[in-house]
Amino acid sequence: MAWWIRPSQLKAQGIMGMNCRNIDFISQYNDRCLYPLVDNKLKTKLLAEESEVKSPSLHGVIRQQHEVKKIMGFLTGLDGFAIKPARGSGGKGILVIVGREGEDFLRASGKKMSLEDIQRHVTNILAGLYSLAGAPDTALIEGLIRADDLFANYSFQGVPDIRIIVFKGYPVMAMLRLSTHQSDGKANLHQGAIGVGLDMCSGQAVHAVQFERRLTHHPDTGAELNQIQIPDWPDLLKLASRCYEMTGLGYLGADIVLDADRGPMLLELNARPGLTIQVANGTGLLPRLRHIETLDQPKATPEQRVDYVQEYFRAKLLI
Amino acid sequence: MSRPIFYGFIFALVLIGIITAWMRHDITGIPLTPGQQTSAWLVEAKVYFRAQGDEPVLASLNLPGRTPGYKLYFEQTASPGYGFSIIDSDNARRGEWSRREAEGQQTLYYKIQIVPDPNPAAELERPPEIITEVFWRESDRIAAENLLDEAYQRSSTPQSLTREVIKLVAESNRNQNSELLLANHSRPHLLEKLLSHAGLKARVAMALALQDARRNQSLVPMIEIYADDEWVVFDPLTGVQGLPTNMMFWHRDGGSLIDLMGASGAQVNFSMLEQKVPALELARAQSGNSAFDLLSIHHLPIEEQGVFKLLLLLPVGALITVLLRIIVGVRTSGTFMPVLIALAFLQTSLIPGLVNFISIVAIGLLLRSYLSSLNLLLVSRIATIIVIVVFIVGLMSLIGYQLGFNTGMTVAFFPIIILAWTIERMSILWEEDGPKEVLVQGGGSLLVAVLAYLAMQLEYVGYLSFNFPELNLVLVALIMLMGRYTGYRLLELRRFHAMGTK
Repeated sequence: MAWWIRPSQLKAQGIMGMNCRNIDFISQYNDRCLYPLVDNKLKTKLLAEESEVKSPSLHGVIRQQHEVKKIMGFLTGLDGFAIKPARGSGGKGILVIVGREGEDFLRASGKKMSLEDIQRHVTNILAGLYSLAGAPDTALIEGLIRADDLFANYSFQGVPDIRIIVFKGYPVMAMLRLSTHQSDGKANLHQGAIGVGLDMCSGQAVHAVQFERRLTHHPDTGAELNQIQIPDWPDLLKLASRCYEMTGLGYLGADIVLDADRGPMLLELNARPGLTIQVANGTGLLPRLRHIETLDQPKATPEQRVDYVQEYFRAKLLI
Repeated sequence: MSRPIFYGFIFALVLIGIITAWMRHDITGIPLTPGQQTSAWLVEAKVYFRAQGDEPVLASLNLPGRTPGYKLYFEQTASPGYGFSIIDSDNARRGEWSRREAEGQQTLYYKIQIVPDPNPAAELERPPEIITEVFWRESDRIAAENLLDEAYQRSSTPQSLTREVIKLVAESNRNQNSELLLANHSRPHLLEKLLSHAGLKARVAMALALQDARRNQSLVPMIEIYADDEWVVFDPLTGVQGLPTNMMFWHRDGGSLIDLMGASGAQVNFSMLEQKVPALELARAQSGNSAFDLLSIHHLPIEEQGVFKLLLLLPVGALITVLLRIIVGVRTSGTFMPVLIALAFLQTSLIPGLVNFISIVAIGLLLRSYLSSLNLLLVSRIATIIVIVVFIVGLMSLIGYQLGFNTGMTVAFFPIIILAWTIERMSILWEEDGPKEVLVQGGGSLLVAVLAYLAMQLEYVGYLSFNFPELNLVLVALIMLMGRYTGYRLLELRRFHAMGTK
């Protein structure tokens, strides 16, 4: 296997590079003033509630340092929860508690944390440790997501999520992200999570990558990755598609989780979605994006757009 | 902005930058490459005379004024006990030495440095005054008229007439007329007189032949006539028109070379030496009144110039950073942190700088890991790190000094705040993404810093950026051009290599 690939090969496969993404899509279709809507998870959440897009339950917001002491008030009655910085990037600063043991809290990794540890974490969030440029931040307490049983064999500790790239309201590419031992239960690809490309028509797994390399089995559980099939696939696409109307962002990445009880939920949005999704799908984004760009009449509703996309890919498969 | 406008703008920037630089080079003479040398001539006039001792002495020497082909760089005199002043009159520049009491042999020195001037400014030629009547002895008049007649027949213009007259009086062409005339006149003055008689405006100019390491030289007379609104010079021996190369006019007004009062026996000797001087210094010393000279950084005090010298290197570092981030795809910690580190390297030099930087960051990371457990707010934590960095820097300077490395002292050039933030970021990176990411980003930052340093320390780069600041427009154009690059980054070819396998 070669250590690199020729630019002409990449071009032939329609792979989009970082510069191309930044100039031709992000700066072209994403209005700068809309960024706060997705960079601030609290805003995203309130917006999602307004537009009736399902998202994990919000149990509390901590804005000021003096509120940190009263954090127990939010946590009573919650077995599992996640504490997130509103403006964290790349999954930084997310603390997931899956249960309790006496006074202590249990992390997904099994590590114990005292209440003081949690308060320190919140203090760090408020001080802006995880936010871009260290600006003061807000901490969110969300209900824990119970992963769909479907993923029991495919995920190590964390909850898998599905990243869908939505361009001008059309979902164009999707990827399932599975946490691994190496990624410490996080679904972040650069930390070692597995990316599984998904077929746009069926929600069936296509390819899988970890650290930009192809793989066929989950390194921790040994489960065969190409057996994955996401249920309720069109609903999921519609949920993602609706984020276009919700935010107005032309090029966005929607992170969706499948909750065992509540079904597909919007976890967060990203105005600068990564490029590894192309490797996971074994194909480039550019041909799909350019095709959407040629469409004259934007389809009115998310349902129509999803139908169009599925029709388009089905037709492509037949060819 | 549409494509054509954008590229037109880029092109205009490049063009303006290059043209301005070229004009600056052309007008002020600042060379395009560093270390360029120009040959200059050091000419010394030595004036001897014998003071009579009973009255004040005044010696007045004709000094070079307008010297086509050469620029006066500096002039000085050495004449102990004498007062000296330069008197500029309409016609001539004269240096006057004066002394109340002097006796015996006196020696005065006048020294100038001149440099060849490849493109002299158009000279304002003064039309000569009305010719005075020429007086001849009767026998001479007939000879002169005969000679002029002959020359007149063979010529058509003032220039050709002059050439013919010179030929007829020439050594090789002895005839009765010229023999007779030369018996009573010196050759140059005879020529001047003949040409004036023919109705031309003529004068004798004195020139100096510049030859390396010659001593005891005297001035050479040349004949000038005023024709077609300018002075045309001829060699009185050969009739060759134009000033030979390596000849410089000493005085052209026809006056005497030296005048003495209260002294006698004047003698003027010239000696000269060819020298090499840095072209840049020369250009600066000759700064004139052009816009370039008025808007030049060289007018700032030396200390501010040093600051500007560093500041003007920043665009080069920025260009390298942009190149490595956009075209290559290197990841760095903090966008322009590497450039600031590279600037610090310029002060400390590379290896000591690297050693210092890595050890400061490493020690800082160690101490920072302890701070983690203290549960501090971000701002106070960063502030604590700043203090720690100050201490580390101070300590390293001390240790370096005690060990006898004076490079230890230069640690202080590192931007403390930048170091503190680097430590904080690296530490968070370590906690969240592991040591590998720290190595990747830290290594990337250092790589960019080292490359930026290597580019900025080039003598040529520093020279051009300081002397031709407008070239930064070209850099800006390149940076903007790269800002529109939508192709693949070099490291993406590696990143997407899995796409090559089906």
